[in-house]
Amino acid sequence: MTRKVIVLGEIREGELRNVSFEGIAAAKTVAEGGEVVAVLLGESVGNLAPEMIQYGADRAVVVENPKLASYTPDGFSQAILAVVEQEQPDAIIFGHTALGKDLSPKVASKLGSGLISDAVAIEAAGGNVVFTRPIYSGKAFEKKIVTDGLIFASIRPNNIAPLEKDASRTGEVSSVSVEIKDLRTIIREVAKKAIQGVDLTEAKVIISGGRGVKSVEGFKPLQELADVLGGAVGASRGACDAEYCDYSLQIGQTGKVVTPDLYIACGISGAIQHLAGMSNSKVVVAINKDPEANIFKVADYGIVGDLFEVVPMLTEEIKSLLVKA
Amino acid sequence: MNIYVLLKRTFDTEEKIVVSKGAIQEDGAEFIINPYDEYGVEEAIQIRDNQGGEVTVVSVGGEDAEKQLRTALAMGADKAVLINTEDDLETGDEFTTAKILAEYLKDKDADLIFAGNVAIDGGSGQVGPRVADLLDIPYVTTITKIEVDGQNVNIVRDVEGSSETIETSLPLLVTAQQGLNEPRYPSLPGIMKAKKKPLEELELDDLDLEEDDVEAKTKTIEIYLPPKKEAGRVLEGELQNQVKELVTLLHSEAKVI
Repeated sequence: MTRKVIVLGEIREGELRNVSFEGIAAAKTVAEGGEVVAVLLGESVGNLAPEMIQYGADRAVVVENPKLASYTPDGFSQAILAVVEQEQPDAIIFGHTALGKDLSPKVASKLGSGLISDAVAIEAAGGNVVFTRPIYSGKAFEKKIVTDGLIFASIRPNNIAPLEKDASRTGEVSSVSVEIKDLRTIIREVAKKAIQGVDLTEAKVIISGGRGVKSVEGFKPLQELADVLGGAVGASRGACDAEYCDYSLQIGQTGKVVTPDLYIACGISGAIQHLAGMSNSKVVVAINKDPEANIFKVADYGIVGDLFEVVPMLTEEIKSLLVKA
Repeated sequence: MNIYVLLKRTFDTEEKIVVSKGAIQEDGAEFIINPYDEYGVEEAIQIRDNQGGEVTVVSVGGEDAEKQLRTALAMGADKAVLINTEDDLETGDEFTTAKILAEYLKDKDADLIFAGNVAIDGGSGQVGPRVADLLDIPYVTTITKIEVDGQNVNIVRDVEGSSETIETSLPLLVTAQQGLNEPRYPSLPGIMKAKKKPLEELELDDLDLEEDDVEAKTKTIEIYLPPKKEAGRVLEGELQNQVKELVTLLHSEAKVI
């Protein structure tokens, strides 16, 4: 059964986020040979449409409007609904990002459709599209189907591999004009996060600190290691509650759920609520003074030792490896 | 100010999950107010204390959710409403819950509705925005600060670590993010008072809803636990050598650096 699928591309600071390309790969699975249409919304975003096609979309639809310069649920829902109206797709894929989480329930509600949030895997077979998603922050999983309305899902970044980019691939780029009215929320100011760099939910490498980090300054060696690996810094609830870092860094059942390729837990004991947020990472390294710490039970590799000794050594060792490579 | 808080009873974060016969086992588990909803309860109480009005906590679920509603009353909420779906519904999804809540709320003249930005069990974060859409009011998710000045509302929301300052107006639905406040523990007098506060129980019938009106739009076909991770290797020897070995393992065996 072929399906027409639209994928919302997500743009941050003038560039497409990786989850957009993962969304195209997800859409290909859902489409089962049908057409994949990329959708871009913004003030001036048409220049990014060819890249969506190079990653596998068949064509792209662009809605450009000054009122779409910043994301608002009212503005973006009006724009995407206009595209849905025109394209009449069988399925819709969003990223399960801050924007996707905020927008998708409204769009599903307007369409009278079911919505499967935070999907990490998709299988299409025998007329059904089955989505796998974590529940209880990854302590369990469920397989789910949409039974009414369009097939609508948001996919978790970092879990569905994008297709190879094909620079020679081309497709039609069309534009839809939409009158955007009645924006009921207005963004007055955006303050960038204190710790710059890679976003936690999209990071391939996460260096995470717990109570063992002991202070705000204690995060410095972790940040240095993260910088060397092009990764992000995270934290346990213990570290956040102790005010060593901002709550936006918290990983766990309250906080963010992450699935990087490499997770290095430094001075984290491994409470159940933290493990829920990170135990589905591909490779876990634990560094802790306490050999009995729970974190060693979920770690692939462990070093029993003081993180303030081990982490700088690790940073140096990786630096020299990268130089050799 | 007429404030509502949408509240869900969830497993305690320290609970292990057991799956038996394709379903999550609840026997013997501890339950709590979904932590993100608890931020909503706290903020609602603070706003009422500053500006006057009334806080009503609403939950959709079974008889058991009474305990969490009583806890919210003990924290300081004024009234509680349990929409008991135990007898009417076998299954439901985010649409089901949102539709029921919206039907309940539609004639309540709510100025401000709080919800959690996500529930730590289902984890989809759909219900808040869906309710706002059904009520045709604006919403702001993952908020870390809210100031209400007459009809005007200023909000700071967390967006993947950055913060956005948003201007909007009542009526409004917001979903709470960690960092919004530090929820209070119910005091002993609070617990005593809560026993006398009104807790109304409704069923779908009372909201003029039929089962068909709230039928789920998605279906769970399987629930399972992730494969248990085998305990890994704890390295041994001289610390410097352990670090070298680790880097070699990450590079050649795990191939992640």
